[in-house]
Amino acid sequence: MDIKARSHILVCAGAGCVASGSLEVSAALQSALEAKGLDKEVQVIETGCLGPCAAGPVAVVYPDGVFYQNLKPEDAAVIVEEHILKGRIVERLVHKEHATSQAVPALNQIDFFKGQERIVLRNCGVIDPLKIDDYIARDGYQALAKVLTEMTPEQVTDTVKKSGLRGRGGAGFPTGLKWEFTRKAQGERKYVLCNADEGDPGAFMDRDMLESDPFAVIEGITLGGFAIGAHQGFFYIRAEYPMAIKRVQTAINLARKAGLLGENILGSAFSFDLEIRLGAGAFVCGEETSLINSIQGERGEPRIRPPYPTQEGLWGHPTVINNVETLANVPAVLFYGADWFRQIGTAKSGGTKVFALAGKVRHTGLVEVPMGSTLREIIFNIGGGVPGNKQLKAVQTGGPAGGCIPADAIDTVVDYETLTKAGSIMGSGGMIVMDEDDCMVDIARYYIGFNQDESCGKCTPCREGTMRMLEIFDRIVGGEGTLEDLNLLERLGNLLKKAALCGLGRAAPNPVLSTLKNFRKEYEAHVIDKVCPTGKCPGLKSGKSNP
Amino acid sequence: MAKINSPADLKNLRDQLKSTTDLRGEPKEIQVIVHMGTCGIAAGARDILEQLAIDCSQAGLDNVTIRNSGCVGLCDREPMMTVTDKKGEQFRYGKLDRKKVSEIVQKHLLSNEPVLQYIV
Repeated sequence: MDIKARSHILVCAGAGCVASGSLEVSAALQSALEAKGLDKEVQVIETGCLGPCAAGPVAVVYPDGVFYQNLKPEDAAVIVEEHILKGRIVERLVHKEHATSQAVPALNQIDFFKGQERIVLRNCGVIDPLKIDDYIARDGYQALAKVLTEMTPEQVTDTVKKSGLRGRGGAGFPTGLKWEFTRKAQGERKYVLCNADEGDPGAFMDRDMLESDPFAVIEGITLGGFAIGAHQGFFYIRAEYPMAIKRVQTAINLARKAGLLGENILGSAFSFDLEIRLGAGAFVCGEETSLINSIQGERGEPRIRPPYPTQEGLWGHPTVINNVETLANVPAVLFYGADWFRQIGTAKSGGTKVFALAGKVRHTGLVEVPMGSTLREIIFNIGGGVPGNKQLKAVQTGGPAGGCIPADAIDTVVDYETLTKAGSIMGSGGMIVMDEDDCMVDIARYYIGFNQDESCGKCTPCREGTMRMLEIFDRIVGGEGTLEDLNLLERLGNLLKKAALCGLGRAAPNPVLSTLKNFRKEYEAHVIDKVCPTGKCPGLKSGKSNP
Repeated sequence: MAKINSPADLKNLRDQLKSTTDLRGEPKEIQVIVHMGTCGIAAGARDILEQLAIDCSQAGLDNVTIRNSGCVGLCDREPMMTVTDKKGEQFRYGKLDRKKVSEIVQKHLLSNEPVLQYIV
């Protein structure tokens, strides 16, 4: 007979853990269970990403909620013999508090998890991403059922508007308002697009979301389709994300089979379907009008706005474009209601934000915190601080469109307005921690180089401006910079902000302007003393006594 | 999966499936711990654990968390298990066999009537 499993072993099969060998660990656990005749009582489940990617491969044993990390296939037999059979936690494989070296076996006691509040990532690392049953068991598609039976499209857009949900791609435009514009726009056909062209260096929120809980995003797009009166949607996923693409395609097929996509969803009059389109690796295609051009098979270049896509988008029809994380919030907003969502986060920025924590921080990985949390809480409480007794120097948010916030502003709260005031942006959620060894001139040069490389070349300010700025940086790190160069960078930067055609060009100077403002002395050392204080720039003398 | 034809069908399906993932969260209201020290295993605790899992599945008990742990010190009374009920009260059963486990599941876990003669 079928025995209901008394224990579940959740093995992370997110891309990070898969790369470090989690599938081998999972197979080893399965065979160890079979060898002991435990495979009926205990189930191994390959889930999406759990978050702490640097500690991978990771696994959680339930009902005990014990978190194991850095697993190797040979550890599997030990976990089965000791924990699963005898109920003894394998201390050697659990998380250790870095200050005290004390073992913290329980997942919900580990600082990395304790400080988080998970709405978007609620199923990540908990369910098998390709099992629609798992998603349904955890209230999946209940929002859609509620909307189809109880709500009009107008009520749906109003609820999303009232919730205060704003675009998680980084710009923070109110999602409900975007939906309302598109709903009211005249057009025989309308479209919903999911922007999964995540291209910021160091950012992996959207990839993880698609790999770990694809049904949540699919449900979000479907709800968007109902709200604006669309019958077709597209995922635009960058081709560099093969695992995400595969899982989303599998999930779309499963949703169709279950009658949750296609004609007459859940027996209602509403029909909606989804297809995937792949991006070929151009950063600018994350900009909404370039994305539309790319889907249409044209060159990935931005269009002049207005008209905005909400009026004239894909093939000239009214189109909503939302980021992956925005759409993943939608089912929760509609299931639990606008008031519930509003009470999380701040007055102007409702809900949570997912960050990809990377760089000089102890626990790199994916974290979700309420809007209004401070950088200190994210980097020190959750991320465990800077390793190796080094000093924090700066935090980069928003990728190549963002800026560097200096260490003395570590208590800055995370919301759209405050981060902009601090000279950076919220962005899509990349957060790179820098320590005393990082040269801020070198960092700014890297980002301007990235933007120069990714500039589509359509408008002159961006094409020429990023190129000239990069040339100036090359002069500076080569020991030939002057004080005048710093003024020139500032002038060019401000010009780009005003004159570039799209968001890429307008935000391209942000990493330069923010470092110029916050780390002026470091720039001056480069151009006046011809010294790189951290010793990173090879064309200059090192400022370190013992390089 | 078969096609889901209405919101009501979806709700029914959710209710049926709910218990498949709720293990991955907080412990449930009743907890049963099978003591799996060397003494317990030697005395047959492995059979006890298996029987408990079978009986709980058959009875459709969704409010019971089954766990295992080491020896509680009463090695001569093994195999043993400890039931912690909704109110947090503990009952230690000893000298168990498969039949006694089934009886405890039926009486104590399903009907909240502790089986006093098996308590150590």
